[in-house]
Amino acid sequence: MKNLQYNSPDKNGFYGEFGGAFIPEMLYPNIKNLEENYLEIIESDEFREEYLQLLKDYVGRPTPLYFAKRLSEKYKANIYLKREDLCHTGAHKINNTVGQILLAKKLGKKRIIAETGAGQHGVATATVCALMNLDCIIYMGEIDMKRQAPNVARMRMLGAKIKPALSGSKTLKDATNEAIRDWINNPEDTYYLIGSVVGPHPYPDLVAKLQAIISQEVQEQLYEKTQKRNPDYVIACVGGGSNAAGIYYEFLNQPEVKIIAVEAAGKGIDTGQSAATSKLGTLGIIHGSKTLLMQTKDGQITEPYSISAGLDYPGIGPMHAHLLTSKRARFMSVTDDEAMSAGLLLSKTEGIIPAIESAHAFAVLEHLNFKKSDVVVINLSGRGDKDLESYINHFNL
Amino acid sequence: MKKLNTVLNQNHKKLSIYFTAGFPELNDTSSIIKALEASHVDFIEVGLPYSDPLADGPTIQESSKKALENGFTTQLLFQQLHDLKNQCDVPLILMGYFNVILQFGVEKFCSQCQNIGIEAVIIPDLPLEIYEKDYRKIFEKHNIHPIFLITPQSSEKRIRQIDEISHSFIYMVSSASTTGGTKGFGDNELKYFDRISKMQLKSKLITGFGVKDNKTFEQAAANTDGCIIGSAYINFLKENKINQTAEFINQIRNY
Repeated sequence: MKNLQYNSPDKNGFYGEFGGAFIPEMLYPNIKNLEENYLEIIESDEFREEYLQLLKDYVGRPTPLYFAKRLSEKYKANIYLKREDLCHTGAHKINNTVGQILLAKKLGKKRIIAETGAGQHGVATATVCALMNLDCIIYMGEIDMKRQAPNVARMRMLGAKIKPALSGSKTLKDATNEAIRDWINNPEDTYYLIGSVVGPHPYPDLVAKLQAIISQEVQEQLYEKTQKRNPDYVIACVGGGSNAAGIYYEFLNQPEVKIIAVEAAGKGIDTGQSAATSKLGTLGIIHGSKTLLMQTKDGQITEPYSISAGLDYPGIGPMHAHLLTSKRARFMSVTDDEAMSAGLLLSKTEGIIPAIESAHAFAVLEHLNFKKSDVVVINLSGRGDKDLESYINHFNL
Repeated sequence: MKKLNTVLNQNHKKLSIYFTAGFPELNDTSSIIKALEASHVDFIEVGLPYSDPLADGPTIQESSKKALENGFTTQLLFQQLHDLKNQCDVPLILMGYFNVILQFGVEKFCSQCQNIGIEAVIIPDLPLEIYEKDYRKIFEKHNIHPIFLITPQSSEKRIRQIDEISHSFIYMVSSASTTGGTKGFGDNELKYFDRISKMQLKSKLITGFGVKDNKTFEQAAANTDGCIIGSAYINFLKENKINQTAEFINQIRNY
């Protein structure tokens, strides 16, 4: 375990057996171009300077690492919340879009396409496109457009064109297919700004590296507060897995840090309405990546379910699939009801209404046995404003 | 079943038709293949439907969705083709996305293809590098070879690399698009057909994507060995009966 690099893929883009670029030849020149240039660009001083400046002045970083006193008392541990909910646009998603928009500019691209499920990545993409004055086309499942009307309006205000994905099940996976098809049709001037640690190599690594700022800040902030750089536990929710990749990143190669990944069990693992890929998924290819995904025995990709729109992706990123099978991370799952109760509890004990995605991470506190001295860091990846309607319906507020 | 290369070496412009297995009805595979053979197409591309066909436009996506709703499975297709084996002389090739083949089992897939007499498969999302590293041995053990795609954006180096590994033909994607493009071919496409034909590759060149009628067939075949038509035939099947297939083929060839 010591010698393994859990947070970075090998030269072919594989984390263990997961990852790679299973792409049609039409995408080969674009992916190759990205693969050959992304590291050099994002590691350059010029890029770092511009990226960090925007994160500071525009996104509002560093986000606080907040000691949750009442929650700590309840669960008898020292619980810290990484406040990604305080980022501009309300979630961690913008760390990635700021980085990728700078990369797209360096690559000379003029037109930005992206997929979105709940609309958070779409809003974060439309935001940076407005900032950089670039054309922005967002693919969103027709069904999701109806479910997430306020985010559709936000994206339109920010100047993005929203194209409904009418194929397949008309949700996130189909929006992703449509974005990829757009890229096939527009190979010269277009940049595909993917929203999670999924898709063909080098996207999972690129997105993980752009979200790694979360764990880099945690290390410094934790040291200031506790004189320890490493917590005992790091907990995050996993849909595709970008917020988790970000908060795990610097801790994955520190074996003493326990990594907890929380998936959406939906109405229950065995109900047929779940998004717990670690329990229900098998090895396959989705969106150009070899990973664990939910599919029929014939290899047809199935539609996941969760009350949280940000967690209902039918696969997990290849880094996470590797963390699961290598047992580096412990995967847990919580139901809709457990997540909603955890969201309500956080609201009442700490005065913070979390996104339902993030509430999943808090729900496992009920199931973990901490020592009193344990330092636990939870990624509060997004704020709950967008989920008010779900909270209202669930609790008859 | 005739050898694919025997057909490719014949001295006329080849016409191949793609259809989605399981569409319009689950058990139409055999009657479609018979109708295409009776219409003298040179070889047939049988598509395995997939829930998430990235390289396909709306027509093939919809036909795939319908085929899956009809209850299509990979095993059923092999059963249908097996039953047809001795009644059909036209070479068949299979087209499928890699996940479907991976779940069926790569080795089992190759062995069943070999059993039926299929020599070539098109797997659009299995790139050359991964094929060579992880799967080439299994394919070659069963005498199955993949057909690779090239596009107007493919570099000369890439095309030569693909030519080297190809056993029959290279699938020349006509333009930067998913299947079923309706724009027709302009100067850019014609220049690209010409450029590739002048590379003097050892493999035959068959053009696909956006070939839909006699005009586009003539244009794309002028500098290559022939064409594959998919979406236009699927659309024909939506409006017409399978036994009218000859009308469609004759109109492409302008007979």
